[in-house]
Parts: sequence; structure tokens; C-alpha cells
Amino acid sequence: MTTFRPRFRPNRRSVLQGAGALFAGLTLLPRFSLAAEEKKLNFYNWDTYIGENTLAEFTDATGIEVKMDLYADNDELFAKLKGGNPGYDVIVPTNDYLERMIKADMVIPLDHSRIPNMSNIDTLFQDAQFDPGRKYSIPYMWGTVGIGFRKSAVSATPDSWKVLLDSDEYAGAISMLGDQQNVLGAGLKYLGYSLNSTNADELRKVEDLLIAQKKNIKVFAPDNGQDLLASGEVKLCQEWNGDIKQVMAEDEDLDFIVPKEGSLVWQDTLAVPKGAPHPENAMAFLNFILDAKEGAGIASTIQYATTNKAAKELMPAEYQNNPVIFPPADVLIKCEPNLYLGEEAIKQRDEILTRIRAS
Amino acid sequence: MENWKQNPRVFWTLGIPPSVWLLAFFIIPLGFLFVMSFSDKAIVDGQVSITGYDYLTGFTNYIRAFDPLYLGIMWKSVWISALATALCLLTAYPIAFGICFAKDKWKPLLLLLVVLPFWINLLIRTYALIAVFRTQGYLNKILGWVGLGPYEMLYNNFAVVFGLVYVYMPFMVLPLYATIERLDKSYLEASLDLGGSQFQTFMRVTVPLTMPGIVSGVILVFIPCLGSFLTPDLLGGANALMIGNVIERQFKAANDWPFGAALSFLLMYATFGALALRYLFSLRSKGVDV
Repeated sequence: MTTFRPRFRPNRRSVLQGAGALFAGLTLLPRFSLAAEEKKLNFYNWDTYIGENTLAEFTDATGIEVKMDLYADNDELFAKLKGGNPGYDVIVPTNDYLERMIKADMVIPLDHSRIPNMSNIDTLFQDAQFDPGRKYSIPYMWGTVGIGFRKSAVSATPDSWKVLLDSDEYAGAISMLGDQQNVLGAGLKYLGYSLNSTNADELRKVEDLLIAQKKNIKVFAPDNGQDLLASGEVKLCQEWNGDIKQVMAEDEDLDFIVPKEGSLVWQDTLAVPKGAPHPENAMAFLNFILDAKEGAGIASTIQYATTNKAAKELMPAEYQNNPVIFPPADVLIKCEPNLYLGEEAIKQRDEILTRIRAS
Repeated sequence: MENWKQNPRVFWTLGIPPSVWLLAFFIIPLGFLFVMSFSDKAIVDGQVSITGYDYLTGFTNYIRAFDPLYLGIMWKSVWISALATALCLLTAYPIAFGICFAKDKWKPLLLLLVVLPFWINLLIRTYALIAVFRTQGYLNKILGWVGLGPYEMLYNNFAVVFGLVYVYMPFMVLPLYATIERLDKSYLEASLDLGGSQFQTFMRVTVPLTMPGIVSGVILVFIPCLGSFLTPDLLGGANALMIGNVIERQFKAANDWPFGAALSFLLMYATFGALALRYLFSLRSKGVDV
């Protein structure tokens, strides 16, 4: 019986070479760091969270090309970097996640001598409880979570969490954010507790409150409450102020308010993750972002509150005095930042959210 | 090439790349998750570590997964997936039948129409559904012209089931088409000639002969439905929580990979159960290959 023998008959050497090439291909390329830093920067950012021309202007000024990838929430950012940095140079974590990353040794200290524009930062944000001395981060934007609403569809200005959490008035026309910090946080504030409570009794009361109210909540919308509001799907939504500001620009009938019980005040930061392939470029980028003119460009595109004092001064009065961007001081004083509560507390709160959703 | 020993070089050259691929991208990651499901987060200085683990500590994650809370969510996922699969079957069967009995020149086009949605990303298709079904969406607009509505069609369990049916329909149509196409039409004629009614012929000849396609389709639809998280997330209401959402949250928001891994493996055992059922069916179908 003749056996079919193909003409392709590799010898041992060529097989080994092929295998070698295969393994080389499997290694993650961004981890190769070249001796002289190449003119590249990998920026991992939220969607629609940078100035229209900022990246192009940075490339013009420094010759460094920026590749921007987008993530939808802090959890995605954290999960991606947890197993090792896949090649990002600059990330934009929110304060509590930055705190967690500092504790987990996932970010590198900044070289302040290369970021002279840090002097542009508002004195309020020069230092931070979650990052003493701003060793690991520079502030980017800050804001609040509150209630976005359709003016023509509400009987009165919804200035309390009560309308979302403890009332039948808008049954089936309410959307809430989807994460445990905000869902439980709103309930805790409404009942007069701290947003960062880990007290089992207090959390139990919030759980009961939300389970009772769930029939009136249309949807837990992780990141599209503003679209639901704009399209008329809901009348009230718990949302980030900047997201509502963006749809308010297209619809006069929408407005935003921070409830009188207080709410979450957050701060997004720019940091450099451990293992960043281009740390030098990252420092140059952070400095560029803190430039007054660039900061103003970013603020006018994304319409969040800038932490950059010099940039704020360049902005029109319409921005500087906008109550949606900069809530009144008497409400702001009742707002709290999210703190990193530890892994056990996160697990406890996640299970509460699961119980609320599954009930 | 009956025997690899006669051609070891060819065997190794062709065999190594897929084996390396399978090992590196399937077995090793899955093994890692398997180990993870028996592990716990490490305790460092009395604090639960953020990124460290104590490996192979026991069954705590599985015990937690058998809490009524999670069993309830799993049961609901099975129930929604079963409903979506049944609706898929009911809709796909006539479609597959129609394609098989269409003129030959139309068949490729009809099959293309079934496969076409595959070329579009799942997320985009789901958003398209939202645009159609939202309260001020296209469907309500059309209903409005005849004086009906608007109805609230999104953000409830109906929307989730509909979304799953829409997304996984091709997985049902294609295996059904393949078996119906191979069906020997003379059996149908024989049944009709011998006095069977159309209904009897369908139930007692067509369905048993196409059972392998039905079983394949049911499995191909049921398994991905069971693990879906995007559809309930985007189309479901305040209640919409499937086990896929809980797993996703463990790997992201809750940062509890061991528990997420345990839930994933429980889901996988359910899948193995479904495959075992398929095997039993194939034994019963007396050699008709799927």
C-alpha cells in the first residue's frame, strides 16, 4: 500500500524555528520596552472625556502620538489592570478606585519636577485625603451625582431622594444607576447616614427601602440614564451631573439637581499605572493636561467641573456660574466622596445589591 | 496517512500549532479559573488583600453559590433561557422548512438573510432593538398611526426573552435547515399516500426524522442564553438579573474572582448536563447522525 507523502517535509531545525517564531508572536508586544522611549503614549480613558483637540495638540507640541482606548466604568479599568498592565501609560480612575490601586501597588509615583503645571490646580484639590501629597495622581474633573428630571413632567422640583426612593408619584418612570455605591449611597443619604456606611443595620434599612420601592423603578441603567431621560422613557433618573449637562444642551426641558440630603461628590484623577511602557511621555502628558488653555479646552468640550483654577478662569461666566456643574455650597457641604471601604465591605454591599435586584 | 507513526513529522507539524493554541488559550485559562474557584482572597496584615489569593483553600465559594439567593437567580436564568429556546424553535422551524422547500435559486439568498445579522455586533443589534421598541420608538410610532399605544415594551422580562430569541435565532435555523434539507421527501409522500393526514405526517414522520437538528439547535441556543448578561442588562427592567450578570459583577465591581469562578463552573456543569442530554437523544435516534 502506498502512503501519501506530502512534499512539505520540515526538518527538525525548521520546526524549532517555527515554534520559536510562534512563541515570540504570543508574547505581548507592548511589554518590550525600547532603550530610548519611543514617541508614543497609550491613554486609557472614559468615552467622551477629553477635549476635542487636546490629543492632536499634544502630538503637535511634543511629537508624541497618543493612542486612546476607552472603558465604560472603573470596574472595567480595575479588572483590566489587575492581572498586569497590558501597556497603558495614563489612566483616569475615580478617587476611591485610585485609593484601591495605590493600596494594591498598581500605580507609580509621579515625578513632580516634570509637571510644573501642577501649580494651576485649585488649592482645594492640591492635596487629597485618598492620595496624600498628590504623590500618585493629579486631579482631572470633579462632580456630583443627583437627579436629572424633565421639568414638564414633574409636579415640583425633585430636590429630595424621596421622589426616587420612597414615593409612588413617578411609578415606572424612574431609572437608577446600576452600581452598589450609588444605589446604596442614595438610600443611605436619604435615611441620613453616611454614604460610606458599613453598618449592617443601616444597610439593612436601605435594602428594605429599595426592595419596597423596586416596583416603581423602571430600570437600573448603568450608564445610559441620560438617554432614557432624553428619549422620554423615564421622567427622573439618578445620574452623573456631566451626563445630564450634555443632554440638557439639546433639550431645554431637562434639568439636574443635587438632592438636599446630600449625595456623592467624586473626583477623577490622572495616574500612571505600574508597568507603563512610556512613563516619561506620561509625565509630559499630565503636564500638558494641566496647562490652563488645554484645561479650558477640555472643560468646554466635556462640560464637567475642572479642578484646574487657571483653566476655570479662562472659561465663560455661563460655565463658571452654572449650578449643574458647580452645585450650591449649602448642598455641596452635605456631599461625601466614596472611600475605599475594603474588600469585605465591597463583598457585603455587592450581595445586598444582588438581593435587591433579585427580589 | 492511516497511522501517524508512519509520518511523525507531518503529524507533529500539523498537530503542534492547534495543540499549543488549545493549551494556551483554553486549557490553561480554564484550569486557572478552576483552581480559582477553590481559592480565597488572601489575608494580609489582617486585611483582605485586593489582588492576592490563597489557592486551593476549599469549597467556600461553592457553598456560597448554593445560597437560595443565587440558586433562585440560576433557576430564573434557566427558566428564561428555556422560554427563549422554545420560542426560537417554534419560529425557526417554519423558517427552516420554508427555506428547504423554496426554489433552489432563492435558497442562498434566504440563508444569507438568516446569517446576515451575525455580521453585525451583538451590542449594536441590541441597541437597534431598543430604538425599535422604546416608548417613543419606531414600533410605537407605527402603532400610533393606527391609533394604538404607545405601549411600554422595553425593560421587562418579555423584552429580555425577545432579545434572546432575536439574537440566537440563526443558531436554531441553521441546524434545522441542515437536517430538513437531508430529509428524504419520499417518506413524507409515503405517509400521505398511506392515509396519514398532514398533521400526523408532520408529528410522526417529519419531527422524529429532524429530531437531531432540533436537539442541536436547542443546545446551541440554550447554552449561550444561559450565560448571557448583555441582553438582560440592556433590555431588562429592575428585576432583570441573570446569572451571567452576577458573574460579570464578581469579576468587575465586586472584585471577587474566586466566587465568580465558582459560579462560572456551576454554569459549565449545567452545560455539561445539557450535552449529556444531547448524547442520550442521539442514542435514541438510532444512528441518525446530528
